[in-house]
Amino acid sequence: MTETRIERHHYDVVVIGAGGAGLRAAIEARLAGKKTAIISKSLFGKAHTVMAEGGAAAAMGNMNSRDNWQVHFRDTMRGGKFLNNFRMAELHAKESPHRIWELETYGALFDRTKDGKISQRNFGGHEYPRLAHVGDRTGLELIRTLQQKIVSLQQEDKRDHGDYEARIRVFSETTITELLLDGDRVAGAFGYYRESGEFILFEAPAVVLATGGVGRSYKVTSNSWEYTGDGHALALRAGATLINMEFLQFHPTGMVWPPSVKGILVTESVRGDGGVLKNSDGKRFMFDYVPDVFRKQYAETEEEADRWYTDPDNNRRPPELLPRDEVARAINSEVKAGRGTPAGGVYLDIASRRSAEEIRRRLPSMYHQFKELADVDITKEPMEVGPTCHYVMGGVEVDPDSGAAFGTVRGLFAAGEVSGGMHGSNRLGGNSLSDLLVFGKRAGGHAASYADQLTARPAVAVAAVEAAVETALAPLQRDTGESPYTLQQDLQAVMGDLVGIIRRENELVDALARLAELRERVAKVSAAGGRRYNPGWHLALDLRNMLVVSECTAKAALERQESRGGHTREDHPGMDPKWRQVNLVCSLDGDTVRLTRKPLPKMRGELIGLFDRGELAKYLTDEELAEFDALAEEASK
Amino acid sequence: MGTKREFRIWRGDENGGDLQDYTVEVNEGEVVLDVIHRLQATEAPDLACRWNCKAGKCGSCSMEINGKPRLSCMTRMSTFEEAETVTVTPLRTFPVIRDLVTDVSFNYEKARETPAFAPPADVAPGDYRMQQVDVERSQEFRKCIECFLCQTVCHVIRDHEENKQAFSGPRFFIRAAELDMHPLDARTDRKEYAQAEQGLGFCNITKCCTEVCPEHIKITDNGIIPMKERVVDHRYDPLVWLGSKIFRRGQVPQTFVTSAQHGGAVHSSAPHGGVHSHAGGSHDAPHEVEAQRGVNWRREVPHPTAPATDANGKLPLTELTFDRAAAPSPFGDDITFPLPPEHLNFAHPSQDEPKH
Ligand SMILES: Cc1cc2nc3c(=O)[nH]c(=O)nc-3n(C[C@H](O)[C@H](O)[C@H](O)COP(=O)(O)OP(=O)(O)OC[C@H]3O[C@@H](n4cnc5c(N)ncnc54)[C@H](O)[C@@H]3O)c2cc1C
Ligand code: SF4
Ligand code: SF4
Ligand code: FES
Repeated sequence: MTETRIERHHYDVVVIGAGGAGLRAAIEARLAGKKTAIISKSLFGKAHTVMAEGGAAAAMGNMNSRDNWQVHFRDTMRGGKFLNNFRMAELHAKESPHRIWELETYGALFDRTKDGKISQRNFGGHEYPRLAHVGDRTGLELIRTLQQKIVSLQQEDKRDHGDYEARIRVFSETTITELLLDGDRVAGAFGYYRESGEFILFEAPAVVLATGGVGRSYKVTSNSWEYTGDGHALALRAGATLINMEFLQFHPTGMVWPPSVKGILVTESVRGDGGVLKNSDGKRFMFDYVPDVFRKQYAETEEEADRWYTDPDNNRRPPELLPRDEVARAINSEVKAGRGTPAGGVYLDIASRRSAEEIRRRLPSMYHQFKELADVDITKEPMEVGPTCHYVMGGVEVDPDSGAAFGTVRGLFAAGEVSGGMHGSNRLGGNSLSDLLVFGKRAGGHAASYADQLTARPAVAVAAVEAAVETALAPLQRDTGESPYTLQQDLQAVMGDLVGIIRRENELVDALARLAELRERVAKVSAAGGRRYNPGWHLALDLRNMLVVSECTAKAALERQESRGGHTREDHPGMDPKWRQVNLVCSLDGDTVRLTRKPLPKMRGELIGLFDRGELAKYLTDEELAEFDALAEEASK
Repeated sequence: MGTKREFRIWRGDENGGDLQDYTVEVNEGEVVLDVIHRLQATEAPDLACRWNCKAGKCGSCSMEINGKPRLSCMTRMSTFEEAETVTVTPLRTFPVIRDLVTDVSFNYEKARETPAFAPPADVAPGDYRMQQVDVERSQEFRKCIECFLCQTVCHVIRDHEENKQAFSGPRFFIRAAELDMHPLDARTDRKEYAQAEQGLGFCNITKCCTEVCPEHIKITDNGIIPMKERVVDHRYDPLVWLGSKIFRRGQVPQTFVTSAQHGGAVHSSAPHGGVHSHAGGSHDAPHEVEAQRGVNWRREVPHPTAPATDANGKLPLTELTFDRAAAPSPFGDDITFPLPPEHLNFAHPSQDEPKH
């Protein structure tokens, strides 16, 4: 091997990812006194979190004093169809108000209520108005606030140690390609600077993954190029496990036309603020798609639904505010039945329901975005929307309290979209931003204490570094293989067509065969050009991550023979209580993805007691219900 | 349905480069970034360019399109004539890394120097109470997506590398303004800081930054000008000013910063080239601001200051040492009447009430 320059750094905690979860984790690790590095593929402050619009869910009870963590917990479990890791849902519901308030002490400025508290808005699946927001740019506020908090910590360090980067440093435009192990312990991370193509090695006993999602494997997606499932793949290769990979959220209302805005989301708040969905016959079709479990909470007539906007206490909510998967599925059915728009979506109409002035005031950035990007005036014409790949519920299987990854590896933590379990089979809107804060803090804190209790630092093996260098350079040294862009398109086609929103057994089998074929081709990919800021090379390296994660999704989707949340099987349309007891766990066996079944942890008595029996009956098996009855009886004694 | 369009794209790195011609297919409804992606997927797989959201939300995809700093994901192809060649170049103010990617670390350094939010000491988390009207002013600035288009367009640094050290740029003026207007920020010296450390005085209100801001933040009107105004107020003190005039005549070394006119001069080392302007801008910016505002009725009344005395506790001037017969004018000999309106002091009865 030729001589390769590798920059070396030593840290106590390395956080991979500079979105909400990563930044919150880094703040916590630094506050615990650890020397911390933050690594991000894009510039500081540009991570995907900036795109979140709607808000961050936290039961602060500012709009309705009946809201509390128990209600939030119930909503989250319902949204996830009871497949959530109950402990994560519990911690999330209890801690998110504190995490939001904490942001105010970092300088965040949320929209306010009349009495000066943080305003909260309605969102699909949440019983009360619960989303702390700033217009429709909540994610930006969140990431900027955390970014500025990190700057303020750096200013403290500058004052105390004379150097901004004494204890916390941001490596922007740096991609990690490999985690390095010492036996079963994390010893460091290896990657390259995008700018120069130079290699960089971090030696650190604890690594927090906060790399976000996997959406780039799909054709129509709201996700950016960063979302290639790197963290998922890194974890797998390090010996950790992934759960719930079959569950992907397709946002019901992404723009499908015109092309410049294809995939861009129309926030749920358009529906919360009065927007309705219509098919090409002009019919408001959502009333036909209210599932039995939600029948009680949703209006049955247009009149009642319309009254709800002004009088939510005495009317039931409009069916447009059903959880996302229900809405996505409804749109899909309408389009398949031939009642869609020419571009394959449906109409989302707010123009005919609210005044232009009100729309501009309530949805300012939405309005500007469509006006500038697509010359669509949402105050005048309806939008054309359809399902868009948006969020992956599945991710690294973690210990709920600490965020430590399961599997065979130690010293690896995960938080944010890259971790799995919290959202079960479907995420409620707004639960992600608060998830980032709650579990980001936990993962950062536990990574710090893990690093503390180690008696010796794990060592990075030279051979492992050499292998990583070789893998990274390989696409540049080959010139016989295919272009990474072609391969990505092919991968997107397989996933979009065969492992999309509605799935069938034969298609999934077909998908797996094609993915195996793609794997061969990806192994031979070649990238033209040099090492300096070469996007073709970067994509070539990301492809293998996208591929292995796609395999996990396809395998798990084939295995789970039921429909639940973000996984819909046309050949198994119903929800099966037996399947609710099972998590599908992916691990890596050499090169191949192995799938195992694992029982879901059992909810504690006082938590299951928060639900009424009628509701539980839809989700639980008879044995579980008998257990519940016994508990209830005991309690009433 | 696509048409072929001509593009000229700058390719190269810090050692130099040139514009290269490409003919690309463009479909209806596409933006410039779509075209760059098509080029990457076909002819130029290693064409470097930053992007993330493709929705005007992250501020990554800044470049200069036909010489204008723009977000490429927000620049519709339909805004160009079909026969028009579209020229795409990297941001001019920052060093090129490769192709359309520039080194924007300047901005992160300035961000790091700007003092962070100072939480109020006696308010617990969860107890923050603010009214919507009070947070809205800061919220406007917090819309900033850090695309740095305003930074690249600002003439103070666009062609004057030497000013970069002393000048933070419009993005960070509005950061200071945002904190200044934050209802609960505990620091009270944001304006002074902007003046003394960020080089606010270099800005001569050409408003170019406001024009390019994709978030439509009124950078100058709502951020920079109010910051300047108050700095002017604090610094303008006629008695000190008068005293120093007299001093100067008496050849006593001057120690006071005397008037707003020289706000930018706190950096005595700042290169003079700092205050340039392009066509349309005024060469006497602070004056222009004053004129735009007319009389500032809300100006704070200066506190009375003790007369400047010499080592013996005497006024430095006596009839004997004075260079002309009769007593000097109590206003200073070089003052002519009527006074220019901006020098007037008038305490309006509702001066202390907030502006709206
Ligand atoms: C359009 C849109 C709207 C949304 N709206 C909402 C909403 O209203 N409410 C809500 O709660 N949620 C919303 N979400 C979901 C939410 O924004 C995301 O789930 C969340 O931001 C993910 O945050 P994160 O911290 O996990 O990762 P991200 O913010 O995505 O950050 C990932 C980070 O990891 C880095 N990274 C990745 N791979 C590597 C690597 N190999 N090496 C180094 N660094 C790497 C990236 O550069 C990036 O910095 C929305 C999502 C989208 C796409
Ligand atoms: S108004 Fe000031 S900050 Fe803005 S571009 Fe002009 S000189 Fe620069
Ligand atoms: S103020 Fe406007 S132009 Fe300047 S960085 Fe922010 S968003 Fe961009
Ligand atoms: S890609 Fe995010 S602003 Fe253009």
